Amino acid sequence: MTTIDTHSEPVTDTPPGLMRRIIRQRQAKIGLVLTGIVVLVAIVGPLLLPWLTGYTSTEFAGRPFQPGGMFGTDNLGRDILSRFLDGGLTLLVYAALATALGMLLGTVAGMLAAYQGGTLDSIIMRGNDVLLALPQLVFALLAITVLGPQGWVVVLVIGITHAPRIARVTRAAASAVITEDFIRASEMYAVPRWKILLKDVLPNITGPLMVELGLRMTYSIAAIASLSFLGLGMQPPTADWGLMINENRIALTLQPWGVILPVLAIAILTVGSNLITDAVARASATVEESK
Amino acid sequence: MSTLIEASTDLALRANDLRVATTLGQEILHGVSFTLQRGRMLALVGESGSGKTTAGLACLGYFRTGLEHTGGTIELSDGTDLLALTDAGRRGLRGGSISYVPQDPALSLNPAMRIGTQIMEVLRVHGYGASEAERRERLADVLTDVGLPNDAAYQRRWPHELSGGQQQRVGIAMAFAFRPEVMVMDEPTTGLDVTTQALVLQTIHQLVTAHNVAGLYITHDLAVVSEVADEVAVMLSGRIVEQGPSDRVLHDPVHSYTRKLLNAVPDLAGRHHIGEVEAVTGALPIISRERAASARVATPEVAGTLLSVRDLRLSYGKNPVLNGIDLELGRGESLMLLGESGSGKTTAARCIAGLNGNFTGTVSLAGQTLAPGTRQRSAEERHRIQYVFQSPLSSLNPRRTIGESVEVPLHMSGSFNRKQRRALVLEALDQVQLAASFIDRRPGQLSGGERQRAAIARALVNAPSVLVCDEVTSALDVSVQASIIDLLRTLQVETGMAMVFVTHNIALARHISQRLAVLHAGRIVDLGTTDAVLENPQHSYTRELLTHVPTL
Repeated sequence: MTTIDTHSEPVTDTPPGLMRRIIRQRQAKIGLVLTGIVVLVAIVGPLLLPWLTGYTSTEFAGRPFQPGGMFGTDNLGRDILSRFLDGGLTLLVYAALATALGMLLGTVAGMLAAYQGGTLDSIIMRGNDVLLALPQLVFALLAITVLGPQGWVVVLVIGITHAPRIARVTRAAASAVITEDFIRASEMYAVPRWKILLKDVLPNITGPLMVELGLRMTYSIAAIASLSFLGLGMQPPTADWGLMINENRIALTLQPWGVILPVLAIAILTVGSNLITDAVARASATVEESK
Repeated sequence: MSTLIEASTDLALRANDLRVATTLGQEILHGVSFTLQRGRMLALVGESGSGKTTAGLACLGYFRTGLEHTGGTIELSDGTDLLALTDAGRRGLRGGSISYVPQDPALSLNPAMRIGTQIMEVLRVHGYGASEAERRERLADVLTDVGLPNDAAYQRRWPHELSGGQQQRVGIAMAFAFRPEVMVMDEPTTGLDVTTQALVLQTIHQLVTAHNVAGLYITHDLAVVSEVADEVAVMLSGRIVEQGPSDRVLHDPVHSYTRKLLNAVPDLAGRHHIGEVEAVTGALPIISRERAASARVATPEVAGTLLSVRDLRLSYGKNPVLNGIDLELGRGESLMLLGESGSGKTTAARCIAGLNGNFTGTVSLAGQTLAPGTRQRSAEERHRIQYVFQSPLSSLNPRRTIGESVEVPLHMSGSFNRKQRRALVLEALDQVQLAASFIDRRPGQLSGGERQRAAIARALVNAPSVLVCDEVTSALDVSVQASIIDLLRTLQVETGMAMVFVTHNIALARHISQRLAVLHAGRIVDLGTTDAVLENPQHSYTRELLTHVPTL
């Protein structure tokens, strides 16, 4: 009989991190490029304004829907390109703030519900169900009508309406983690509850939360653009993509760029962030499998 | 000469130089050959990752996702090569002439289908008999064959209405229904209690011999092998390193790995030592009888009593789990809390450690009554009783490094700075024989045994006086189990801590404990020095356990 080495250590190499597994996917690269372009335009656009277009936005004042400048003028005779470059940042900032608020509220509520269980769980989740019963946009319309169309109201309302959806996902993901013995171990060492949630539960549910983050970001952009379109988000004379679509749609056949540019930007942004979200979902799913 | 001719005619399946690799090209099986004969059982023995299940599934022409067949043949009794068949051809054989009994019966039965219907399904799919009546008859027969009642009411039961042992018999009945030539059994008794295991093993043995089936029994448990198998093949990292009649392999092993495996098997009689560390096994052989004798004298309310449990009761709703448990643990003493699943042993251990604070009764440490839950106990009290969890896969946070996890108890005591904590963590890792480099690794990079060592290090870092070990070796391979037992014993001697060792494996008794408490349905039915309980069991339950424990 041939002798065989009886001690064979299994090769344990570090599995590639979540980030690397995301980037490795082609659709993640496409998504990053698409999102990057729009975000870059929104951030850098306002800074480079007169230099980029070669004229100020008041150059064609008083000449609505004229073919002046690169993409024509809007309903008040302002240059469309300048308005477009200027109008993305607020949308993105508001969307990011609303998503962050929703993530914060939802994650905390979901983790608490999963960890505490019992009455608190029932209260949080039934409260969730009530909020979920109201359509997001209708709820937003109601709140804005009552409180007025200010920026913080929009952010608050969109954030709050996101929270129940995020809370459900968080609770489901956290419930699975909470049955694990390392949570029992931390409890045994009397680690404060908030620390258990922060250090033991949260790091183990980042996969599903990242997916949710991407998804909610997309929804926030759409919701804020919709509200602006309806006249309840950004108010004139602010430059804003949602508002631009509304203001310029009456002249769609005459001077289409005023609508097409913001629509294109929002569409590319949404598709891009969805591609990234999918890639994150797939990358975190492979973690679960290999576990 | 006659045996040779018999052997060739009785051939049911022959695996020839079987090679399997991952789709990425890493070879898992490096040319495995074995022969299955009618009426005989071959045991495929190996530790986790040795490729034994892969080889077993290959006999069904099945390869798990990510694996592919790269060479070799599986020849059936009529000379055809199973692996040359199409998928449809292979499916036709599976469950028919080659059948499979999976490890976990609870997962393999469809919970939404009555057991009679599930077995009938196999018969229908493969077209057994000419009529439905004939199939019904076969169903009744096969239930009798596996030792289950065969009346209509029983056939209409749901899987959840059966015990684990009965579920596994239904699984075996499904595999046996179509009168297969070959049965592949993948650790079918691993999740079962010893008493149930003994009955299931008996059933399997009868089926194989009485009905002339060729059996392939995949297991890691060498004691079980000696009960069921005619022949043994020992696997190590994708190769068969030793093969032969079970008597010869188990009692006169040739290969060093087989010897190592056999040495690691815990032995109820305590005839040999498990593990490798000679110093400890030599100085404290098994548990010396003198020490055991002195422990017996010392137990009743002498100053030596460290931990005492009085009238511990706990119920979930109307369902009593613990019915009044009284225990005493002396300083530096090791007590085994033995019980089968559902006996309340883990619950009792968790009550002692304060993980489950819903009990009535008292737990006192060095004369001081402890609060039920850990959060109500003082930091000092928490330090003195430490608990090690059953599964090392679950007890360490996968997102933290080993160092961070081991550090948690020190953080909570709050009186150390970063440098001191690191020094203490390194010391604890050294105590459990893990290199300092483990401090920055994550659980995913560690083997099961290494993770369990890290979990033990976390319990040790505060220098406890009582260590509660809850089934700490049940998820581990025998050789790893031996090294962990060795480690715990070394630590006990070095640190002088007392230990409550919770387990279902009575064979470990003489290797780890001075005293033995047998728990049955929430009560302690037998309590005394390990020798006394094993040699002169007082309760019928203990006697039953002792007769059913498989030995080499």
